[in-house]
Amino acid sequence: MSDPKQFVEIRHAQKSFGDLEVLKDISLTVERGQIVGIIGSSGSGKSTLLRAINDLDPLTGGEVWLDGTQVNKKLPHRQYEAHINAMRQQVGMVFQHFNLFPHMTARENVIMAPMLLKGISREEADRLAEEQLDKVGMLERIDYYPTQLSGGQKQRVAIARALAMKPKLMLFDEATSALDPELVEEVNLVMKKLAEEDMTMIIVTHEMDFAASVCDRVLFMDQGVVVEEGPPSVLFKTPTQDRTRAFLRKHLEGAA
Amino acid sequence: MGLDFSIVPKYMDIILLGVGWTVGITFAAALLSFVGGVLFAVTALYAPWIVRQPFRLIEWVFMGTPLLLQLFLIYFGLVQIGIDLPAFVAGIIGLGLHFAVYNSELIQTAILAVDKGQMEAARTLGLSRGQALRKVVVPQAVRAVIPPIGNNMIALLKDSALVSVIGVSELTLSAQRVIGKTYRPFEFYIVAAAFYYVINLCMEWVQRKIERRISISR
Repeated sequence: MSDPKQFVEIRHAQKSFGDLEVLKDISLTVERGQIVGIIGSSGSGKSTLLRAINDLDPLTGGEVWLDGTQVNKKLPHRQYEAHINAMRQQVGMVFQHFNLFPHMTARENVIMAPMLLKGISREEADRLAEEQLDKVGMLERIDYYPTQLSGGQKQRVAIARALAMKPKLMLFDEATSALDPELVEEVNLVMKKLAEEDMTMIIVTHEMDFAASVCDRVLFMDQGVVVEEGPPSVLFKTPTQDRTRAFLRKHLEGAA
Repeated sequence: MGLDFSIVPKYMDIILLGVGWTVGITFAAALLSFVGGVLFAVTALYAPWIVRQPFRLIEWVFMGTPLLLQLFLIYFGLVQIGIDLPAFVAGIIGLGLHFAVYNSELIQTAILAVDKGQMEAARTLGLSRGQALRKVVVPQAVRAVIPPIGNNMIALLKDSALVSVIGVSELTLSAQRVIGKTYRPFEFYIVAAAFYYVINLCMEWVQRKIERRISISR
């Protein structure tokens, strides 16, 4: 049914909020280990597309496939809940506003889901928390509460929390947009490290430089469609579409 | 006949037994009102329509009628349909459910005030909605409502005097019994009042402890 090479496949994704069509027949494939960036102005549908991949914003039409299984398949409610929970365990997500659990320490944020869903022991969970928090450089703050952390530190803990479920795919929804400029780099470094470990990643971002440096492919979205896509060296240097050029002119000027 | 508090120590054992009952009933009813409050709140917000209806009826009964009447109904009324509860159990259930309904209102508001991103983050990790509520949303809501729930619990302590009417020898009824023997209402009502005040102070202290222990510093 689905080509095994196509790790993530979105077929004719369509999404409407009432009369407003925010995704218009988008098809997209991502190979295992690939890093895909999605850029575009706000309201272009890029976050909606990302959130459709783990069914956080369900599509009104079209299919999402992950590693040979359809994510948004039609099932009776109960079965669907079990199915989607199992699918979501395989997909890590990082949010713009971190969404750390404020009543839990960094350690507890990381181990809560693995302990609850995978039934691992407290010792294993502690080891997992140390390993994941070390990876994002937050081992020293393992027993701190989110309120005691800076924005960049919170986001790094949120990444560790997602990684602790050992996902096959990581989704980043403007992971650095809410950060002070001086805190962006520490989060970008963690994401680059993940990229080097061959994690499959889909990154919605406003940062053109970052997209250019880590992504294998970049998609430019506008008004619910993918206007243009290609390797960053091509898309950023020689865009073929007027809309892409206009968008990049605005954003690259800002960066330079 | 002037005031004479020297008679008080002689009847202290009866008064202290009353204090014991008041503390016990208040504690048990407080626990029930808290657990019931969380349960009612989650049901009101998330249960399917058909499940919500009996809970709405319970809420309506316990919010819309006097506590005294509720106690009579539970203690005297239920006997007729074969449920014969000991008075103190009837008292705990009546007080507990009555305040559960008030706690539920507070907890519902607090649950709705928890940022939507919290539920999303939990669901994204693979938790079911029930698991996300239990581990992420409700614990945050409960932390936010501890101060107002504390106020409800102090009201509960004071209303626990009402269970004297179904014959539970708690503090107020104990005082009355001693007064029946001694004809010293002023002295013993003052003593009872003093004990209520002390229990009150203890509850406030416990509440502060809990708050400090689990509050989320923002």
